[in-house]
Amino acid sequence: MKRLLILGAGTAGTMVANKLRPRLDERDWNITIVDQDETHYYQPGFLFLPFGGYSRADLEKPKRAFMPKGVNLIMGEIDLIEPEDNQVKLVDGTTLPYDYLVIATGTSPRPDETPGLDSDEWYKSVFDFYTIDGAEALAKKLETWEGGRLAINVIEMPIKCPVAPLEFIFLAEAYFAERGMSDQVELVYVTPLPGAFTKPVAARYLGEMLQERKIGLEADYMLEQVDTENSKLISYDEREVEYDLLVTIPVNMGADFVDRSGLGDELNHVPVDKHNFLSDAHDNIFAIGDAAALPTSKAGSVAHFAVDVFTENFLDYIEGLPMRGEFDGHANCFIESGRGKGMLIDFNYDTEPLPGKYPLPGVGPFSLLMETEANHWGKVMFKWMYWNILLPGRELPLPALMSMAGKIPEKVG
Amino acid sequence: MATATIAGADVTVDEEGFMTEFSEWSEDIGSALAGQIGIDLSDAHWKVLNFVREDFQAQGETPTLRRVSKVGGVPTKELFQLFPKKPAKKMSYIAGVPKPHGCV
Repeated sequence: MKRLLILGAGTAGTMVANKLRPRLDERDWNITIVDQDETHYYQPGFLFLPFGGYSRADLEKPKRAFMPKGVNLIMGEIDLIEPEDNQVKLVDGTTLPYDYLVIATGTSPRPDETPGLDSDEWYKSVFDFYTIDGAEALAKKLETWEGGRLAINVIEMPIKCPVAPLEFIFLAEAYFAERGMSDQVELVYVTPLPGAFTKPVAARYLGEMLQERKIGLEADYMLEQVDTENSKLISYDEREVEYDLLVTIPVNMGADFVDRSGLGDELNHVPVDKHNFLSDAHDNIFAIGDAAALPTSKAGSVAHFAVDVFTENFLDYIEGLPMRGEFDGHANCFIESGRGKGMLIDFNYDTEPLPGKYPLPGVGPFSLLMETEANHWGKVMFKWMYWNILLPGRELPLPALMSMAGKIPEKVG
Repeated sequence: MATATIAGADVTVDEEGFMTEFSEWSEDIGSALAGQIGIDLSDAHWKVLNFVREDFQAQGETPTLRRVSKVGGVPTKELFQLFPKKPAKKMSYIAGVPKPHGCV
């Protein structure tokens, strides 16, 4: 009996289990998946929670409901991977041997990495929205907030869902406008990047959207600490940004057991081949989804396209055949821009987000790098697709690799 | 790509002036590039630059500030003092390695 062990039953791990179980004979293959939390959150929904868009109950389902028959789900905390012995130890003393290991334990916000965040002001004047607790606490705060300077600060890249901070600020602007508070609220986006986004064409479009909405941009800002007593951010080059309300996107790091096992980079993400997710260090360990150190966005769409490529590759790999599929870093992200509109971006390792139509060239229904109502509805409907199509591993009629069809390249120079 | 003459040597650079050929770099070129952006190299600078070059050669990519701090042992605060305002960009420019692309 061969053993496939998956660490993490989040978006990527659950899809791997659902894709591979029907393809691996149960007489020959045991599939076990380990997680420490019973609840699967629809993380893209956290963004809407502070503005009253969803409640907690809308965004959570039991992980067990998404496990196919024939997959052994173990609830437990992972202590250590021992690659030399091909086994994983859990904190409760259980040892899980494997022939192949898939690390899919994601990345998470670490407020304790930044001086000042781990203070009494946490969830009083300083909030995150990438956790269900943070998003809920922020919703309560906004209900009664009387206005002032709201700073949104990305501390360090990479973060998961790198467009969400921008979406947050667009939604905040629309939220305060709707409440008639535009005059009482000043919004400022504080980012370590040189502009609104990482890729030049999208950064220009998004930068213009910030300007239209009179949202301040503090770029190239590397935060050193938050002075919660005086309500200000202080950067390494000693620039100070004052706030009345701070929404922070803390440093994102992979799981600590990855670091303890000697498998992580300096942010505990696992270095892997960017085209097939095989660990640089061990030929029977893969890392997929946010857990992997890949030069593309950490996002559910990336995990989805990656799992499509991984599944076919893995079936060849276990037969001793070369892995033919080459992942291209494909990411596809809706960007809510407020007032019932949204944008869409589609890109990969080599091609930055460009204007055009998606997925059907010239037709859409979605428009790339342009604000439309259809894009907003795409985002709204995506929640249903996530629970009912993506997580169960059903086919979505979108190609895993990015296509240039329908995109309008910018003239060079 | 273009060719520039730096410290008497012909080197290949991209449109932003970053060197594109790792092997074309020398310490003299490093000093000259530093001079162009107003930095006079001290031993503390060289410790960082040597780490950046060694790490690039070993990993195939330019180290991030966090990596220079955690693995290279130079605190981020000090990097900002040595290479003011934009340390990641300036370090890689002087060390003759590509701009860090860490941001996606």
